[in-house]
Amino acid sequence: MSDTARADLRRFITAKYPAIELTDDQDIFALGFVNSLFAMELVMFVEKTFGTQIPNDELRLDHFRSVNAMVQLVHRLNAPTSQASNA
Amino acid sequence: MTVVGVVGAGIMGAGVAQNLAQSGHAVRLVDISADAVASALERIELNCRMSRMLGGPAVDAGEVLAAITAGTGLDLLADAEVVIENIPEDESLKHELYRRLDAVCQPGCVFVANTSAIPITRIGSWTGRPEQVVGVHFMNPVPMKPAVELIPGHHSSAQALATVRELLASMDKKPIDVNDSCGFISNRVSHVFMNEAAYLVYEGVATAEAVDEVFRSCFGHPMGPLETLDLIGVDTVLQSIEVLHEHFADSKYRPCPLLKQMVDAGLLGRKSGEGFYRHGPDSRGPADRAGRNGHLAAVRSGSEN
Repeated sequence: MSDTARADLRRFITAKYPAIELTDDQDIFALGFVNSLFAMELVMFVEKTFGTQIPNDELRLDHFRSVNAMVQLVHRLNAPTSQASNA
Repeated sequence: MTVVGVVGAGIMGAGVAQNLAQSGHAVRLVDISADAVASALERIELNCRMSRMLGGPAVDAGEVLAAITAGTGLDLLADAEVVIENIPEDESLKHELYRRLDAVCQPGCVFVANTSAIPITRIGSWTGRPEQVVGVHFMNPVPMKPAVELIPGHHSSAQALATVRELLASMDKKPIDVNDSCGFISNRVSHVFMNEAAYLVYEGVATAEAVDEVFRSCFGHPMGPLETLDLIGVDTVLQSIEVLHEHFADSKYRPCPLLKQMVDAGLLGRKSGEGFYRHGPDSRGPADRAGRNGHLAAVRSGSEN
């Protein structure tokens, strides 16, 4: 799951910004050219790709700052479902 | 609370509807396309949810959506006290719409033209109520922008202007007064530099990225002209430049042929996934475009390297 999520997120970001050499812990907002529009696109991408609505209290720039942060977010969003199905 | 009709549910119409609903007004959002209405409501919900993340206030998306009645029929506007029109910058479309609005809206209803360039006096002439037609040029994204251009037409009444000023104040918008003229201030200037930026790419003087970098790094603009062009939509910008060109009959507004070619190719900017830049993973990759000749291939080489 995490590998798929990581690959999907990396593909989305590098398709948009092919010039950057993206590392998973890189702060993409610190690169200077990622703006609020892209933040919105990231939210839409995560919700659409991983089939979930991000709760409002998880909608923070810090959770979209790096590939690692987004992978962690996707994990958190999926965790309750898997726990429920195991219960 | 005012009952406000919003016609046209594109980016601008959705933004206006959201801003009005957040400000406590009852909104009637109408578009001829049911898909456009559905997309607008989705966009409004997402914008509300993301408001705090992007530095704005916390906004309850449910409350905002509850204040918006949306549909595809102009009959929704029957009880509107003000109607804000946001349809594409096509004179024949607008002319037909205003004729129909005149018939369906109550006699006291004020029409606000959120037009990019068409003179307000001309729009007023398409109605039987030119004294109740006022221009307001909203900026995108509407809920985040603090100011608008306010343009009275030749016949706009003091009462209609007062109604519009009051509505704008309730939306926390500062009106900047501009006399009626094609393109007003903002688009008269901005569309010339976006068009000229396209010429720089067309002529091979610079890549899109280099042009935008000058505006961001040297002028301190948050976005360059070609990023902005992609955001507004290549077709939308071209339409407005054509309105300026036709109205002033002045060659300084001649549309860049590259913009026409991009529109013909379906490269409309963010909304189509590709314009001067690629937007998202679904657009064609560099390999697919390597064999292309001419300006389109050259245009975007900067975004691929």
